Amino acid sequence: MPALLTDRPNVRQEFADKISHVVRFAGDSGDGIQLQGQQFTVASALAGHDLATLPDFPAEIRAPAGTRYGVSAFQIQFGGDRVTTPGDAPDVLIALNPAALVVNLANLVPGALIIVDESAFTAQRLKRASLDTNPLEDDTLEKFDVCPVDISHLTLEAAKPFGLGAKDAMRCKNFWALGLVLWMFDQPRDATAHWIQTKFANNEAVRNANLAALSAGHAYGETAEMGHILSQHPIPEAPLDAVEYRTITGAEAMALGLVAAGELADTELLFCSYPITPASSLLHHLTGLDDAGVATFQAEDEIASICAAIGASYAGKLGVTSSSGPGIALKTEALGLAVATELPLIVVNSQRAGPSTGMPTKTEQSDLYQAVYGRNADTPLPVLAAHSPADCFETAIEAVRIALRHMTPVILLTDGYIANASELWPIPNIDDFQVITNNKPTETSGDIWERDAETHARLWAAPGDKGFIHRIGGIEKDIVTGNISYDADNHQAMTNLRQAKVESVANFIPEQTIDQGTTAGLAVVAWGSTYGAVYQAVKECLQEGLAVAHIHLRYISPLPKNLHDLLTRYDKLLVPELNTGQLATLLRDKLLVDIQQLNKVSGQPLTVAEVKEAIARLANPRMQEVTNA
Amino acid sequence: MPELSFKNFATDQEVRWCPGCGDYSILKAVQRSLAEAGAKPENTVFVSGIGCASRLPYYIESYGFHTIHGRAPAIATGVKLANPKLDVWVITGDGDGLSIGGNHLLHALRRNIDVNILLINNEIYGLTKGQYSPTSRVGTTSPSSPGGSVDSPIDPGRFAIGAGATFFGRAVDIDQKGLPGLLNEARGHEGTSFIEILQNCIVYNKDVFDDVANKKTAADHQIHVQHGEPLLFGKTNDKGLRLNPSTLALEAVMVGHDGVTTRDILVHDETNATFAHLLLSMEAPLPTAMGVIHRRRLESFDRAFWNSKTQKRRQKVVNLLHQGNLLDRRNGSE
Ligand code: SF4
Repeated sequence: MPALLTDRPNVRQEFADKISHVVRFAGDSGDGIQLQGQQFTVASALAGHDLATLPDFPAEIRAPAGTRYGVSAFQIQFGGDRVTTPGDAPDVLIALNPAALVVNLANLVPGALIIVDESAFTAQRLKRASLDTNPLEDDTLEKFDVCPVDISHLTLEAAKPFGLGAKDAMRCKNFWALGLVLWMFDQPRDATAHWIQTKFANNEAVRNANLAALSAGHAYGETAEMGHILSQHPIPEAPLDAVEYRTITGAEAMALGLVAAGELADTELLFCSYPITPASSLLHHLTGLDDAGVATFQAEDEIASICAAIGASYAGKLGVTSSSGPGIALKTEALGLAVATELPLIVVNSQRAGPSTGMPTKTEQSDLYQAVYGRNADTPLPVLAAHSPADCFETAIEAVRIALRHMTPVILLTDGYIANASELWPIPNIDDFQVITNNKPTETSGDIWERDAETHARLWAAPGDKGFIHRIGGIEKDIVTGNISYDADNHQAMTNLRQAKVESVANFIPEQTIDQGTTAGLAVVAWGSTYGAVYQAVKECLQEGLAVAHIHLRYISPLPKNLHDLLTRYDKLLVPELNTGQLATLLRDKLLVDIQQLNKVSGQPLTVAEVKEAIARLANPRMQEVTNA
Repeated sequence: MPELSFKNFATDQEVRWCPGCGDYSILKAVQRSLAEAGAKPENTVFVSGIGCASRLPYYIESYGFHTIHGRAPAIATGVKLANPKLDVWVITGDGDGLSIGGNHLLHALRRNIDVNILLINNEIYGLTKGQYSPTSRVGTTSPSSPGGSVDSPIDPGRFAIGAGATFFGRAVDIDQKGLPGLLNEARGHEGTSFIEILQNCIVYNKDVFDDVANKKTAADHQIHVQHGEPLLFGKTNDKGLRLNPSTLALEAVMVGHDGVTTRDILVHDETNATFAHLLLSMEAPLPTAMGVIHRRRLESFDRAFWNSKTQKRRQKVVNLLHQGNLLDRRNGSE
């Protein structure tokens, strides 16, 4: 074997000085890589680090072992500073087989530390990964620090006393490697040990073997004499507030946001959906929460799921449905019905790469047109977008607030990245949120078609309410009586009303603020999951003295009332998106502003470097103007 | 409380079906059955799809939701799950229920959600001006099948039984004697009650059921089945049905002829799906079965759905927010 341990003291020193790291775990989709990543995430949070994660897995459930396309990965950035992205480029890679090594090399920082399972580099497995030579033996890894460890063999040894077959024992490999990485960053093992104990409570041998593998990996770090390359790097704690924190994925936060909103509105929810990647996790998280006011119904198809949700809203509970782009397309006709009948409804779209089936496990922001414009006729409705996993909580509450206040369906955009990724979340106090009002009839209510002057909402009378018996439907209704009407003037009046209702939302939502940066120069105007990358890029550019600001939109339709005034204060506007320019088009249309675009449609999140590069092209050095950090 | 008459279930809306349409008598039967059952208008909901028949909710003084093409069973499912106390009805047609909405009908039936579905079958698309429908017989000429349709029709009854329906009944639109009673049987059934009503579209498919519905020949061409009663029909009840063991199909016989006695006549068992299948497979010259053809007990979906419920909601929400591995910084860092 050639000299793998390159001697670059400056690189190693740089590594040792870092207060945040980007670690990527990679292996076969059957290796338990996602679990490994999740457990590391928990340990990192409990050690007081800020963090952001990126699960990156193939659409196939168990793709053929050892192939490049079957590689599953989990990336996390964690550290003692504010962390908003899972990191552009890992500085540590743990690769459990040759394919997992080679597919991830291109993204690593030069001098990155690579820990590989040496015993997985057999002739047969190199061939599976389409490799002619062994990258551990040629110059492929020249630029990196490589630490080959016989992980498979050491895992088998650790599991030996518990009598598992070789195949089962080998399954403990992810915990062995996790043990080693936990040691490396001096993170606690207790939560993982507890997880193993609970998960395998009924299987003593598997439980003990996994615990032993975890400890063995940890002990290996301590005892193996590899200090020159593999040493311990404790990370300082992040400056956190004096509150309780937990890690949370977007799908979890969305579920909790909906549950909390139902409670704040004193309304029960009926969540109706049909399985689709990457939206199904929301259904999973909400199922079983009926004592928190949510019942879930798995319908026979996408159309039935939105229809059942509309039925629930008609009957006085709040209907919620969820899907991804292709499923939302199927729900579209029914969305028109909800607009026409003026029923509250929440539609969550976890966007994924398209068109058609596209790349179901990869992320994209390409359903903005669909959300804002994608219906037959003049059928406006409010559209909101969550910007991070934790932000799904508040955005869900906002969506419910708008739907109930105005009696309208609301589309809530999130994406595959937000749904699966996790971050550290300061747990809010539900009592701090304003109660959500609805339009249910009271003793003083008049006719159900008498509208609130400011919200244009009609009464939310439901079957069972005496004195409000009425018929509604998709046929145009008379603006006064609610009866069927084909009258020309009435249709004009109803069309105007539907438009005015959505526009009136702008009178209730907060004015747009600047997330950080200057009040002149270049504004980076973004929405959705690009938040982390834009935040970090702008932060670094500000430090480098550029006049740049970050403005992140939650309200896509209608836009905040002050947005035009705010944006026209800047010389230049840059809109980065994971699509070909959908928000850019919307802003040009609504605000008549000139916009530069940064677009990426690769199925991967935007990187900080990509945003920085675009900013550097457009921004000027900062003069003496006021900053708003 | 004063009893409501069927007139109390009429709305002030002008009824807009073609004069002579079979829907008029169906509407009357529905209003009548609601009055007879003592239904409360505020607790009654009619959900419909798209088509001539789907206008019916506008004419009934109760809650009503005229929705979109084919989706009424799905919307009704949401209504019933949201409030299981409601008396929920679905009005659909052969195109609405068995073509564009076939999937929802299938799943409503197999889930056994407690709604009553009236499929008003006229074997034609009326509202779109007369195209052949999924129940049209082979050879039906229409604007979209000028040379006669070639695709085989679906039979609503056998579809329902195949989907696991727990209640299937059938009646003719003009049967003011039988239809209200059948509707009440459906209303009283826990689970999905599915009724096929043979309706006369006098504009686009006039008298397509005349052979069955015509009052002059109805006695010989219809058999009104009743659980536990022998399957007899004809003006003097002299005809009966028995099982032909070699074809495993029903055959008509004359009681008192060729040594046939009433003992040879089958007795209707509404709980037996195979029996229902035999009755629904009869073709002319055998009579068409009417009444409650199939009914069996099965817990409804909405009941099963809501079986477990608790309170203390806010505490549960707070607990959920705080689950998982917590990092407690409320007292600053350690
Ligand atoms: S077209 Fe046929 S079904 Fe429709 S209203 Fe006229 S007669 Fe009745």
